[in-house]
Amino acid sequence: MTGDLRDGRIVIVGASLAGLRAAETLRDEGFTGSLTVVGDEPCPPYDRPPLSKQVLLGQAAADTTGLPMRRDPDADWLLGVRATGLDPLGKRVMLADGESLSYDRLLIATGTRARPWPNPEEAALDGVFTLRTRDDAAGLAERLAAGPQRVLVVGGGFTGSEIASACRERGLDVTVTERGPAPLVGALGGTLSKLAAVMQRNHGVDLRCGVTITALRGDGNGRFIGAELSDGSRIDADVCVAALGAIRNVEWLADSGLAAGPRGIACDAGCRAFNMYGIVTDDVFVAGDVSRFPHPLFGYQMLSLEHWGNAVAQAEVAAHNMVNPGPLRRPHLALPTFWSTQFGLNIKSVGVPTFSDHVVIAQGSLEARRLTMVYGYQGRVTAAVTVNMAKSLDYYTHLIETAASFPPPPGAADRAIAADIPIPSDVPDPKQLSHGPTVALTGYLPDRRLTVVQPTG
Amino acid sequence: MRIVVDLTRCQGYAQCVFLAPEVFQLHGEEGLLYAPAVADGQAERVREAAAACPVQAILVGEEVSAGDR
Amino acid sequence: MTADTLLARITDYANRPDPWALYAKLREAGPVVRQADGSYVVGTYHEIAALLHDPRMSVDPRIRGKATHKPPFLRLDDPEHHRLRTLAMRPFGPPHSPGRVDAMRGEIARITEELMEVFQPGRQVDVVDDFAYPLPVTVICRLLGVPREDEPLFREWSDALVASADVRPEEDSTERDRAGDQARIEMGRYLVDLAEQRRGHPSDDMLSAFVNEPDPALRLTAEELAETAVLLLIAGHETTVNLITNGVLTLLRHPEHLDQLRRDPDLLPRAVEELLRYEPPVHMRERIPLADIDVAGTTIPQGASVVLVLASGNRDPKRFQEPDRFDPTRPDNEHLGFGSGIHLCYGAPLARIEAQAALGALLPHLGTARLVQDPPPYRQNAMLRGPRHLPIQL
Repeated sequence: MTGDLRDGRIVIVGASLAGLRAAETLRDEGFTGSLTVVGDEPCPPYDRPPLSKQVLLGQAAADTTGLPMRRDPDADWLLGVRATGLDPLGKRVMLADGESLSYDRLLIATGTRARPWPNPEEAALDGVFTLRTRDDAAGLAERLAAGPQRVLVVGGGFTGSEIASACRERGLDVTVTERGPAPLVGALGGTLSKLAAVMQRNHGVDLRCGVTITALRGDGNGRFIGAELSDGSRIDADVCVAALGAIRNVEWLADSGLAAGPRGIACDAGCRAFNMYGIVTDDVFVAGDVSRFPHPLFGYQMLSLEHWGNAVAQAEVAAHNMVNPGPLRRPHLALPTFWSTQFGLNIKSVGVPTFSDHVVIAQGSLEARRLTMVYGYQGRVTAAVTVNMAKSLDYYTHLIETAASFPPPPGAADRAIAADIPIPSDVPDPKQLSHGPTVALTGYLPDRRLTVVQPTG
Repeated sequence: MRIVVDLTRCQGYAQCVFLAPEVFQLHGEEGLLYAPAVADGQAERVREAAAACPVQAILVGEEVSAGDR
Repeated sequence: MTADTLLARITDYANRPDPWALYAKLREAGPVVRQADGSYVVGTYHEIAALLHDPRMSVDPRIRGKATHKPPFLRLDDPEHHRLRTLAMRPFGPPHSPGRVDAMRGEIARITEELMEVFQPGRQVDVVDDFAYPLPVTVICRLLGVPREDEPLFREWSDALVASADVRPEEDSTERDRAGDQARIEMGRYLVDLAEQRRGHPSDDMLSAFVNEPDPALRLTAEELAETAVLLLIAGHETTVNLITNGVLTLLRHPEHLDQLRRDPDLLPRAVEELLRYEPPVHMRERIPLADIDVAGTTIPQGASVVLVLASGNRDPKRFQEPDRFDPTRPDNEHLGFGSGIHLCYGAPLARIEAQAALGALLPHLGTARLVQDPPPYRQNAMLRGPRHLPIQL
């Protein structure tokens, strides 16, 4: 059995970070069969985090972020070819060029794409961007280098905030609009979002919260010239970046029978995909941003993460499990971790900050711009976020992993005055934030029952 | 030669900045930025930086060649 | 023998040449081993790493009544540690002076070359006195702005200070502490005087940068300057000498790896990291819990002395495969040679560059060299462990 698993045909759909790391790990684990990696972008795997930082700052060209290999995975790379469908019974992946690939085991790592500005005509205006791919970054960096009068960033999440930070560092005027009460509120909750707002304003960002953009305006010749806001005001700008979050690349799986929806493809802790009935498959695996997986530390909630570290860790687990028999398979238990650098702050997070009811500042202070915020849920530590205090993150990682009680134990030398006074974490109700579907069952006969995803507004 | 830094692991010790200041730089007090494509003449310094990283977060290697298929 | 005398045995001078077997016993008895005097010793990698990152573990000796003056940043906790270390970093490293250490490579190479002149075929040299000691001393003098010819003066102070900071559980420390205090005061006065001479006349050295800082918010007080300068001068030469000497000793004990490095000098940076794991210059550090702390089932009470044996953690088989094997190609070498967490060695990059320059220059001469004495005579110090002399025959 083990011998069989180390041979055969493996196809990986998705040629970015997760796809590459999975391919390498398969070879590390002794896979000797044929390995094909399919990617819709024409270039080899590249790193995305620098696109909103070094590239927009003009310190690195967009086409220089190619990911180094840990080892040559000896794969066939089908780049610039989109996967269009999956036949799980016939074990084939259909491709946009009309070809198809047969597999013994499949890894889906198709990731996400930027959510476009919803009005296609406005989105097509010259000067309107999203930021996800290398080409996006190259185009935007070129516009920023040309010195626009004002940049409008729609959305104050991590990507939007990093874009705004880069603009300010380049001396460009920038307006950020955020429909919530403050930037980063959806990810970090109320207290840190207030710090984020202060940092943006201190750095000269024209920050508008609690508003939405109702229309992007063109000059009649297809050029973006400004926007109209829900509060009735107008902004003149010559570049607009829609930083509205991501859409999971699952459309190609619509007829596959897999549990693929707007929040990603559901899989078990071993990265095996569920089909739409909730039955786990044994030859289709999922890793990276496109996956949804249960995590025991967070009530077995299905987590959908868009984290660099998760893509790597999950790809490694998926690859291991693709070439090892059941008893040797591993669970993907890595703690969610992410980072952002913006407005002179290095923000790092471990755990799930939104899985919380209260927070305390355990070390440092908001005034010092150097602190550790600890998040608790029902009396245990579930997350920690450091601001310019990354060296303390290991300690809190251990508290989360051991389900330590919240608030964390006293004794830190630089303990904040209010370290034992938890305040509400003030994370938005996930129900309000999500654009999730509900599922309905149809049919009557046992072999005809279907689940149907019903998109909701 | 390409590099990628696992910033999930990075704790801002800045050893790489000391050893290869033209490739790595601090952004603020603790954030790390770097040039992903290593310029000629910096390879030796980058290897030193990768060896010295206290959390072994720097990966040095070659990217997938576009010709592979 | 019981485990509650392990620290005394580890620090016993008779065990200086080979503490490794005792470290293995320490790990077996651990992770946390209480000593008869109420102190605690930790020798396992993961527990040491966790304690080095634990914000409840203090480094401040005043907590145990061991000092009355405000110590340098090495022995201060955050936030004061962070403030002073950041100020001390301004003329030395990023973000303010990112290229400073890198720019010293040429000078370090020149100093190394000068010192190499004694390495003539047929001669016997003492690697410590002829090479590994003068190199870092010359470098730190240039960097700080201390006259090299004053070395006999500050060497005496440095010896007294390093002795007072050593871990010697079964010895009354009163006299050592008094001598150390005296040395600290005199050395601080000497360095502040040197700095004052440069006020208004800055030259390209760190003492000049400290006294000529234009922003009052970023200026060290005279007391802080004295403590910082004493720390940098001592740490700048008492540790790197061990790293270089341990490096020569290890390579001469492992001719196959010496050959490997001679064939492939690109391996040198990784070889230095492996040295920092295998024969680190600093063997232990003390911490003091600010609250009762549970570590792997043992509660360490608030205020206890906790000795973290970094060198033992570096040989922990639960972290490193074949930990007692010297392997310059070792992957995933997250050693504790420079510590970890907020107190990670301030001068680590300089030590690395010096060790690489020194060992790189010595490599061609070591092929036919042999150790005159193995083990060599060691320094008294258990914390900063290294040979006092290392005679080799070329």
